[in-house]
Amino acid sequence: MNNTAEPFIQIRNLHKSYGDLKVLRGINLDIPLGEMVSVIGPSGSGKSTLLRVLMTLERPERGGVRVGGEALYDVNAEGGTVLPPPDRFRALRNRIGMVFQHFNLFPHMSVLRNVTEAPVHVLGVPREKAKAEGLRYLDEVGLADKADAYPAQLSGGQKQRVAIARALAMHPEIMLFDEITSALDPELVGGILDLLARLGKKREMTMLIVTHHMRFAEQSSDRVLFFDDGVILEDGKPGDIFTQPEHERTRNFLRSVLEI
Amino acid sequence: MALSPPFDLVPPLYQGLLITLQLTAGGIVLATALAFLAGLGKLSHHRPVRWLSATYVEIFRGTSALVQLFWFYFVLPHFGVHVEAMPVGILVLGLNAGAYGAEVVRGSVNAVAKGQREAAVSLGFSPRQTLWRILVPQAVVSMLPPMSNIYIELLKNSALVSLVTLSELTFTAMTLRADTLRTGAIFSIVLLMYFGCSQVISLGMRGLEARLSRGRDLGGIR
Amino acid sequence: MDGETLWDWGYALEVLPQLLQAMRITLMATVCGMGLALVGGLFLAILRRSRIPALSRAGFWIIEFIRGTPLLIQLYFYFYVLPDFGIRFSPFATGLFGLGLHYSAYMAEVYRAGIDSVPKGQWEAAVALNFSRRRTFFTLILPQAVPPVIPAAGNYLVAMFKDTPLLSAITVAELLYTAKDDIGSQTFRYIEPMTLVGVLFLAVSLISARGIRGLERKMELKT
Repeated sequence: MNNTAEPFIQIRNLHKSYGDLKVLRGINLDIPLGEMVSVIGPSGSGKSTLLRVLMTLERPERGGVRVGGEALYDVNAEGGTVLPPPDRFRALRNRIGMVFQHFNLFPHMSVLRNVTEAPVHVLGVPREKAKAEGLRYLDEVGLADKADAYPAQLSGGQKQRVAIARALAMHPEIMLFDEITSALDPELVGGILDLLARLGKKREMTMLIVTHHMRFAEQSSDRVLFFDDGVILEDGKPGDIFTQPEHERTRNFLRSVLEI
Repeated sequence: MALSPPFDLVPPLYQGLLITLQLTAGGIVLATALAFLAGLGKLSHHRPVRWLSATYVEIFRGTSALVQLFWFYFVLPHFGVHVEAMPVGILVLGLNAGAYGAEVVRGSVNAVAKGQREAAVSLGFSPRQTLWRILVPQAVVSMLPPMSNIYIELLKNSALVSLVTLSELTFTAMTLRADTLRTGAIFSIVLLMYFGCSQVISLGMRGLEARLSRGRDLGGIR
Repeated sequence: MDGETLWDWGYALEVLPQLLQAMRITLMATVCGMGLALVGGLFLAILRRSRIPALSRAGFWIIEFIRGTPLLIQLYFYFYVLPDFGIRFSPFATGLFGLGLHYSAYMAEVYRAGIDSVPKGQWEAAVALNFSRRRTFFTLILPQAVPPVIPAAGNYLVAMFKDTPLLSAITVAELLYTAKDDIGSQTFRYIEPMTLVGVLFLAVSLISARGIRGLERKMELKT
């Protein structure tokens, strides 16, 4: 199944539940290399869960995921999810990075060490080289002067920039952004969204962005997914979804969030 | 130079104090090592490791320190093990305090915010790297205050080793009492010496805590 | 000790009744000691909260000192020094006093945590109702402060139980004394009596720990 026509990310019939609560109810999705996808929808609709499953923070019960032609989650004959051998699972997982709503910076490390720790100890990059590269990423997010500070000394927006630099330093092919502006003061949101748009334009990574900012989704992404009750209800170009959605539920959702 | 009473009692007691300090220091080193071993063992993915750690913790928390000491001192010779009071004292003090410490280590590591583990997974750290590079360094700061109490309990328990005839502070006090009959003065000085030692432990641990938490935010720990 | 069996069941069964008899002393010491600690701890907690700085200071240092020195020395002190002042108790009474006072210092902190957990609004409400400070404390604050700290007090009860063997040092014939001085030194066989003592302690501690955990869960459900 290693044909070149296979999309970069291929998700088939993905199911995930917590106890009786079904959060993902059969997700099917293909994403080509380098695409920037915004994921919108009401809270509890499964957007974040999809990202967490892709990052292997949660294990699905049914369905499979393939990344770059290799199985991150395999499926057995009954459609149940099977994990690949641990070393292959980890190797594949290392091609994916994630930025979290609550930053999750390491409080006991300086900003620069936050960025270099994983390259040095996971990828085996020499420390000096990792530092030079780390400084470049910090520069890219506009925080080169904070390299020696500790996370506690930064504002929320600065913390989130460090978290982005930290994820970038691992050279992920896929980046997952889970509501990364939700914990920020309103005046800091714009800068982070501009940074995201800038990263997207480079086309170096495939990006999945869960967001509540409709204007950002409409203007900066290649494609928009509308999640509702554990399924992808709508999938298309931002222009189409925001101007002429197919479903009544999408219209209601957009009306309610755009009014605010 | 002759010291006037009650200070003439200090030099002989000081010899005992030195033994008590050795006993306590040895016990603290052993207890700390065992606390990490068993505390992290209880978080292990391997069932036998978890079981072994839990059994150790339950046995040594569930029985009395003095009973443990007597058991090792009187029963081990039956197995042909030659025992001396000092090593047995350190062993029992360490085993006893280590069992309490294991709960502290386990609890503190568990209390590090879930997001820290998730960030570590997202960056590709192995479980071992996650534990030693991300979780333990953050947990150590919150371990210090309860560990300080455990070390003080260990110091206090070191007095029990006098009952298996190690000539530490308490034992020295008892022999001095038999010789001089100045019971009140002797025990007052001994109490002050123990109290001084526990204050030193308490202040030292508080200093360590202040040093380790400087500059960093404990937001990672909830 | 070659040629002897390592563990002699017959001997173990023979000494068990004597040990169980001694266990009664151990349990009695625990229960009475806790009774003293409950009263003494409340007294120290009130002293600690006194509005007179000298008294609350004194409370602080008494608690620190008792907690910072070995129970064994405290017991020796009461056992050997008090008679010099003409105060004579039986070894058992001396032991109870020592245990009770030692754990009063720990119980004082337990009470303090409980009192601090009562919302400030309760004091303010009492002021609004014109209650006296004493009346507020005993009829309003204390009844609310005690239930949440019962599990913590239970943990100290178990800790005190495990400290009762120290009474053997002042010749109280509790469990350990019986095993070591009454049985062991007569027959020179320590394995069976010492191990049985360990097992008895473990059994009581594990059962109590389970009880306390159950109590904790019940408390959580209430709040």
